[in-house]
Amino acid sequence: MIVSNMEIIPGKHIAEHLGLVQGSTVRTKHVGRDILASLKNIFGGELHGYTELLHESREEAVNRMKQQAEAIGANAVLNVRFSTSSVTQGAAELFAYGTAVRME
Amino acid sequence: MADLIVLATLLAFGYFFGRFYEKRHYNSIIKREAKLRHITAVASRIPPLSQTQDAPILVTGSVVISVDYFKRFLASLRTLVGGRVVSYESLLDRARREAILRMKQRADESGANKVFNIKLETASISKNARGNIGSVEVLAYGTAFKPVSQQES
Repeated sequence: MIVSNMEIIPGKHIAEHLGLVQGSTVRTKHVGRDILASLKNIFGGELHGYTELLHESREEAVNRMKQQAEAIGANAVLNVRFSTSSVTQGAAELFAYGTAVRME
Repeated sequence: MADLIVLATLLAFGYFFGRFYEKRHYNSIIKREAKLRHITAVASRIPPLSQTQDAPILVTGSVVISVDYFKRFLASLRTLVGGRVVSYESLLDRARREAILRMKQRADESGANKVFNIKLETASISKNARGNIGSVEVLAYGTAFKPVSQQES
């Protein structure tokens, strides 16, 4: 399965458009991480806990999108975009969407 | 009086640690940028036709980074008079460069040497009690092309 944020892939021909596919996940870290994060707000610097959290959840969102694409018989997802929104304090929604296509 | 002492301590901690972390971070960014310079990263939407045989992969890099207490205090003072908020400018600069570096790193690990159609996404993920932006998340993503010869070997 090809996943790309390009609209066209050189050397490949799009045989069929299968519509929009999407995947999303809402995640939060445990309180300990939040306390560490609020300490980091005093000293400054990278919040590793959150970076890790967002990275994992984004992979999850992409995987869900891929599953959806596979279910409708696509072999590639093009023009993939990411979007993030904070639902409540400490929880984030990660969202990935793209166009499912069948390529030759 | 006790409140003032706490505030002064927080400001001092923020000032010294914040400066130290920022300096260390900039040094590491400059070093890694030089190391990853061989990877071409462009925002062009259409790849050159010479890439036809290569396999595309989505590469991402993200970072969540926070300002220190002193800089946030400065920024809240700045809102009274208006103008450039220099303390947040350096935060965002660091975050973007770090995200792009991580994306390039991932492209490098998978054997690619070119990244196209780079998009940058910025989100403030946590807010402190006063509603100021405390930390930002920057995500960089793009399509890397893996040369076929390396893919087969």
